[in-house]
Amino acid sequence: MNIIVPIKQIPNLTDELEINGDGTNLDHDALQYVLNEFDEHAIEEAVLTKESAGDAVRSAVTVVGVDTTGELDSALHTALAKGADKVAKITGDFPRGTDSHTQAKLIADAIKSMSPDIVMTGVQAADDRDGQMGPMIAAHLGLPYVGVVTSVAAKDGKAIVHKEYAGGVMAEFEVTLPMVVGVQAAHQPPRYAPVSKIRQIAKTAKVDEISGGDPVGSGSSVRKMFKPQSAGHAQMWDGDAADVAEKIITMIKEKGLLK
Amino acid sequence: MAVGLDKIQPEKITEKEHLVVEGMDISGHWNRMFEPRVLTDYTIDNLEKVAALPGGESLMWCYGCAKCTAVCPVDIVGDYSPRKIHRRTQSGADLFSSPDLWLCTTCMNCLRVCPKEVNMIQIMPAVREQAVLEGNVPPELQKAFEDTAKHGNPLGQPQRKRADWIKKAGAAVPIMKDLKRPVDILWYVGSYPSYHPRGIDAASAAARIFNALGIDFGVLGIEEKDDGDSQRLAGEKGLFEMLAEENIATFGKYEFNRMVVTGPHEFNAFKNEYPKLGADFKVLHYTRFLVEHLDKLKPRLKKPINPSAGSGRSLKVTFHDPCYLGRHNGEYDAPRELLRAIPGIELVEMGRCRENGYCCGGGGGGMWLDSHTKDHTTMRLSERRVREAAEYGADVLAVCCPFEVSRFEDAAKSTGNDKLMVRDILELLDESMKG
Repeated sequence: MNIIVPIKQIPNLTDELEINGDGTNLDHDALQYVLNEFDEHAIEEAVLTKESAGDAVRSAVTVVGVDTTGELDSALHTALAKGADKVAKITGDFPRGTDSHTQAKLIADAIKSMSPDIVMTGVQAADDRDGQMGPMIAAHLGLPYVGVVTSVAAKDGKAIVHKEYAGGVMAEFEVTLPMVVGVQAAHQPPRYAPVSKIRQIAKTAKVDEISGGDPVGSGSSVRKMFKPQSAGHAQMWDGDAADVAEKIITMIKEKGLLK
Repeated sequence: MAVGLDKIQPEKITEKEHLVVEGMDISGHWNRMFEPRVLTDYTIDNLEKVAALPGGESLMWCYGCAKCTAVCPVDIVGDYSPRKIHRRTQSGADLFSSPDLWLCTTCMNCLRVCPKEVNMIQIMPAVREQAVLEGNVPPELQKAFEDTAKHGNPLGQPQRKRADWIKKAGAAVPIMKDLKRPVDILWYVGSYPSYHPRGIDAASAAARIFNALGIDFGVLGIEEKDDGDSQRLAGEKGLFEMLAEENIATFGKYEFNRMVVTGPHEFNAFKNEYPKLGADFKVLHYTRFLVEHLDKLKPRLKKPINPSAGSGRSLKVTFHDPCYLGRHNGEYDAPRELLRAIPGIELVEMGRCRENGYCCGGGGGGMWLDSHTKDHTTMRLSERRVREAAEYGADVLAVCCPFEVSRFEDAAKSTGNDKLMVRDILELLDESMKG
């Protein structure tokens, strides 16, 4: 089983986001970058799939990403500490915040020759939020895609995948390999990679470098980016419970909320 | 007939010809007599596995005198002590996967009394490190590790908000990056005083005291990261080394005569551990630093801290010695000198004080193992401690470690001792200065 996991780094949402001077994008240089949380799940699911495939000798997980921060190595070393077998980074003039269309094309080009059985990536990321990394990689490679996946069980050239739908509905698909999946959540929480282990690995690990082609661009541009503005204010009613209840009922009727 | 014997159904008893239980061959007729198992029947593989680790050697030296059992704060609320660990490991238990592994708070009371110098402060981190490398970490502790690695603090708060507390401190707190000049005192604030609401209370009090005393000081602001010492003792040595390297590089950017720290764990880290990684500076815990300034401080301590002022009754204050200030670093007097300088206070000592001080349960990673400890003890160590304070009739439990305020306040509530006030010495000094 040859599993490839495309990953990307995104702004750390624990910190407050900052917008650049033009008001058209994030101020990427002022932000700290971390691995996309859904990609952490993709790595976990890939390692679990490899472990359960049984043929450990012939199975491998390769984690690959576009180095948009100059700091991708640490994410790759962490992936190795969690059980990935190989890691690679795509280098070139790709700044922080490089769009998902460009990243998908670069990754598709890089992994084409690796002949993957399964490509597992996070179903979405908090930067572009378009959830298109997986589908675009699948389109470039001419492979089937299933998104919002919560479990993968691969055997004999086929995989049973579980996909979540809205409203708590779940579907089971049988997919012929090779395929691309967008992982919503691994079937167990991502494991912890001790910093001790990551530091050991960092001393000896080999990160393959692949030089990337030209950016294709997303075909869209952001005209204005701004922080959410509060549109209205809450109205506070004082008085005893009966009076307030009366006011609430009147308001619901006025707004036509009750039919 | 003995109770229950009538329930035995002989036809349902299966007798095995060969049976091995816990490594012992007990084959034979079911009613044969067994003699107690002697120690030499067990292999000492598991004990040797611990002793083979750098730092784990001394577990072998235990001769079972049990002096540690009498003083171990965990044994007082549970079934755990270094001697018990030795005995269990000697008789086949695997410490690497045992819940016992996460109960030690590295308080050092055992080492103080041990005639054989069995050093749990080295044994536990060494064994825990292996457990962590194998991915065997209690989830709550793992979260603290992850948060520290990602955000530079175990609370999981944004690094960029580390200096936000300063805005409401009510006193000037200069940040080194903006000062652009050498200072006398570099104040390392610490994670809990920077983020935890009750820690911020103590940090703000310290800022006001330093200003009132005219101290020339600066803080690192958002450049400061957790010291990592408790993570090291909890088994994440790599995380400690990473933080230490980053902090040492940050300290190196600025000129200062001495460093003052809010917390005993940071004090221990900078005094005893960072020098091994190349750090070279003089560090003081705030209690010793303020004692140096007692001449200037004392005249400002005007307001008696006594809610029933005029009644003639003084406020009974008892002091909890932090393990990492007292036993680990020998400082017992400075906190007491400060408390005695505050008008209206009567200092009462608890039975377990100074060298034999009890542990709040927060050290050695205990801060992030609350559920685990709760599941394996009869009560939290902090709960045992507030009960002791209440038994001595204390109105106030005074502390000087940022781990303790929240631990003891929670424990005071959960044990029904709501009246017991928990205050950092900084808060008491600050309040007395407001007079």
